[in-house]
Amino acid sequence: MGRTIQSLERAAAVLRLLAGGERRLGLSDIASAIGLAKATTHGLLRTLQQEGFVEQDPGSGRYQLGAELLRLGNSYLDVHELRARALVWTDDLARASGEAAYVGVLHQRGVLIVHHVFRPDESRQVLEVGAMQPLHSTALGKVIAAFDPVAHNEVMEDELTAITERTVTDSGTFARNLELVRARGWASDVGETWDGVASVAAPIVDRRRMPVGAVGITGAVERMQIGSDLDPRLVAAVRDCARSVSRDLGAGRF
Amino acid sequence: MPEAQQTQEPSDAPREYIAAIDQGTTSSRCIVFDRDGRIVSVDQKEHEQIFPKPGWVEHDAAEIWTNVQEVVAGALEKAGITREHVKAIGITNQRETTLLWDRATGEPVHNAIVWQDTRTDALCRELGRNVGQDRFRRETGLPLASYFAGPKIRWLLENVEGLQERADRGEILFGTMDSWVIWNLTGGPDGGVHVTDVTNASRTLLMNLRTLDWDQRIVSSIGVPPSVLPEIRSSAEVYGTARGGALDGVPVASALGDQQAALFGQTCFAVGEGKSTYGTGTFLLMNTGTEAINSYAGLITTVGYRIGDQAPVYALEGSIAITGALVQWMRDQMGLINSAAEIETLARSVEDNGGAYFVPAFSGLFAPYWRSDARGLISGLTRYVTKAHIARAVLEATAWQTREIVDAMKKDSGMELTTLKVDGGMTSNNLLMQNISDFLDVPVVRPMVSETTCLGAAYAAGLAVGFWTDIEDLRHNWRRAAEWTPGMDAAERDREYQFWLKAVQRTMGWLDEES
Repeated sequence: MGRTIQSLERAAAVLRLLAGGERRLGLSDIASAIGLAKATTHGLLRTLQQEGFVEQDPGSGRYQLGAELLRLGNSYLDVHELRARALVWTDDLARASGEAAYVGVLHQRGVLIVHHVFRPDESRQVLEVGAMQPLHSTALGKVIAAFDPVAHNEVMEDELTAITERTVTDSGTFARNLELVRARGWASDVGETWDGVASVAAPIVDRRRMPVGAVGITGAVERMQIGSDLDPRLVAAVRDCARSVSRDLGAGRF
Repeated sequence: MPEAQQTQEPSDAPREYIAAIDQGTTSSRCIVFDRDGRIVSVDQKEHEQIFPKPGWVEHDAAEIWTNVQEVVAGALEKAGITREHVKAIGITNQRETTLLWDRATGEPVHNAIVWQDTRTDALCRELGRNVGQDRFRRETGLPLASYFAGPKIRWLLENVEGLQERADRGEILFGTMDSWVIWNLTGGPDGGVHVTDVTNASRTLLMNLRTLDWDQRIVSSIGVPPSVLPEIRSSAEVYGTARGGALDGVPVASALGDQQAALFGQTCFAVGEGKSTYGTGTFLLMNTGTEAINSYAGLITTVGYRIGDQAPVYALEGSIAITGALVQWMRDQMGLINSAAEIETLARSVEDNGGAYFVPAFSGLFAPYWRSDARGLISGLTRYVTKAHIARAVLEATAWQTREIVDAMKKDSGMELTTLKVDGGMTSNNLLMQNISDFLDVPVVRPMVSETTCLGAAYAAGLAVGFWTDIEDLRHNWRRAAEWTPGMDAAERDREYQFWLKAVQRTMGWLDEES
C-alpha cells in the first residue's frame, strides 16, 4: 500500500463518526472519540465545514453531516426537477420576449430539450420537449459547450458539420467563439442551425456555480435583431431568466 | 415565490393595476396584475393550521386578516406602487370555510371551521332525515356533506356557549372568507359591508341556485338565523371601497370562490369550456351556460360566476381527492422518489404500467362515486412489476380520474368537452399531461400565467370598474404556453379504461360500515 495522507484519514474518521448513531456531536466528544487534540480536531472540522461536508448547529454548537455529502451521493439534477423550477420564469420569458422559450441539457453529445414554452401568439405550435439539437450550432448548445467541461470536450472531439451556410465548421474559430461566450455569459445563433432563425441562450447554474443546462429563446431573425445586432433587450431578458432559474436551484432542497 | 417578476415597462405607460387577494387554505397572497394580465408582484404569507381533534381543521380568522393586510402592503411595495395606481381589488378565497363574528367588535366568536373539517358528518346525516344526502340537492346543487358551510354554522351555534342567543339578538354575522375579508377591508365594525358573492353562497347549502337568494325553507331546516346571513351579490361589482390600510379608497370589486376564479382566469366563458386545476387534489369545472344542470352522475352543480346584473353562468364541478397527494405519498411514505418531479423520471424508465393500476381511494372515492367505504389499492401485480411501473400507475390514476369526471359531465350535460385547460403545480409533468390528453382524447392546453385563481379575481374586479371592457378583452390576454395532443390508439384506450374501472370497483366496500 502506498503512502497515505494523515489529515484526510482523520477527516474521514470525523465523517464516519458523525454518520454513526449519534448524529450531532460536540467538539470534545469528537476529539476524544478519534483520539486527537481539540485544536487539531477543530481545524479538521473547520475545513470540512468550509467544504460543506459538516455543518455546525448555531444553537448548540454541535456538529453534524452537511448537505454537500448528500449532493455528492445524488449529484445530477433531475431534468423534470429542472423543468418544474424553470416553469414560472420561462413563461415570463416567453411573454416578455414574444418568442418561444426553451430549456436544454447535455445529452448524448447534443442538447436535449427538456422544456418548451410556445411563442405567445395565436399560431399553431407543437411541443418540442424530447427533441435533440446540435451542440455546435445552436445558442443552447454553445452555452453548454462553453460552460460544461464535459460538453466542451465532446464538441471539440466531434467534427463540426455544416448545417446551413452560416454554421461555423472551423474548430479554431469555434473555440474562439466559445471563449467569447464564456466571457460575456451568453451565446447566439443567427441562421447557423435554421435559415432565417436566430436564438439567444444563457447558462443555468446550480448552487456551486456548476452548469446544469441552458435557457434561451428562438425566433425569426427579423424580430430578434435590430440592424445586424441581436436586440439587447432580448439578451437581457434571457439572462435575467437564467439568473432567476439558477437562484431558484440554489435555494433548493438543501 | 418570484420576487423578480417585475418587468421593465416603458416609462410612458400608464401605471394602472389590479390587485387580487387570494385567501387560501394554507396561505394568503396578494398579486398585482397589469393590463395585459401579467404578474407584476406577489406577496404571500402562510397561516397556522389548527387541528384540535382528528378530522377537525380550524383557522384563526384574526391571524388571516392580519396576514391579508400584510401581503397587500407587501405586494404593493414590491411592485413599487401605491394605492393611486390600483384601480380595483378582487377577492378569491378557500371555499366553504365558515366563520361567525361579532358585528359590533369584529371579533370572531370561534376559529373558522375549514372546508376539510369533518365534524359535521353526523349532523349532515341527521339533516338528511329519511331522504339522505340528496335532500337539498335540487335547490342547492349540492349533496349534504361536511364540506359545505350551512351545517358548520349550525354546529357553531350549538357548541359555542351563548352563541345561539347572541345570534337571535342579531349580534352575530356569518361569512365565508370572502365576506370576512370584504367586511374588514370596507371598515369592519365601522360600516363594513356584509356581502358574499353567488359562487361562495352556492357552497353554503343555503342558497337556491335558481333564485340566487337564500332558500328560506332550507335556512330554517338547517337552523340558521336569517339575521346572520350576508347579502348575496354578483361576482363582479363594486361592493364598497377600502377604508384605511394600504388600499384606502380603492374599490373592492370582485369575489369568487377559488375554483370558480380559476375558471374565470382560464377564460372559460363559453359553454363546454372547462378547466382542471392539478394540485394536492384536483378540481374540474365546466361552464354549462345560463342553465343550472342537475347532476345525476355524482357531480356538483354550482354557480360559475355572475358579472354585475348579467345572467348567472353555471358550472358542473367534479373533484378528485388525491392527485398530487399521491405523488407526495410516493415520496414521503414510500421513499421511492426524492422530489415530486422525479416521479416522471421513474415513470419514463418503462414503456407502460406493466399491468398495474393504482386507485388512491385513501379517504374513499369522490366524484363521481362518492363511496366513503372505499380504500386504496394497487391491482394487477405480478413479479414483472417494478417501482417504475407503479410510478406510471400513479400518474395514470390522475389521468383516469379526470376521464371519469369528464364522462360524468358529458352524461349530465350532453356537452362534449373540446379542450381541457389545465393549471396547478402538476402541469410541469409532461408525461401526466400527455396521459390526460390520451385518455380524454382531447387536446390539453396550459396557459402562460399559471396563477389563474388570482388572475380570475383580478379579471372580475377589472371588469367591474371598466379597467377591461368585456370578456373578449380578457380572452385576448390568454396565451397558450403548451399543448399536448392525443396520440393513443382508441382500442388500447378502451382496453386500459376497462382495467381501470375494474380496479375502481374492487376498492368499494372495503370498510364494512361508514366509519
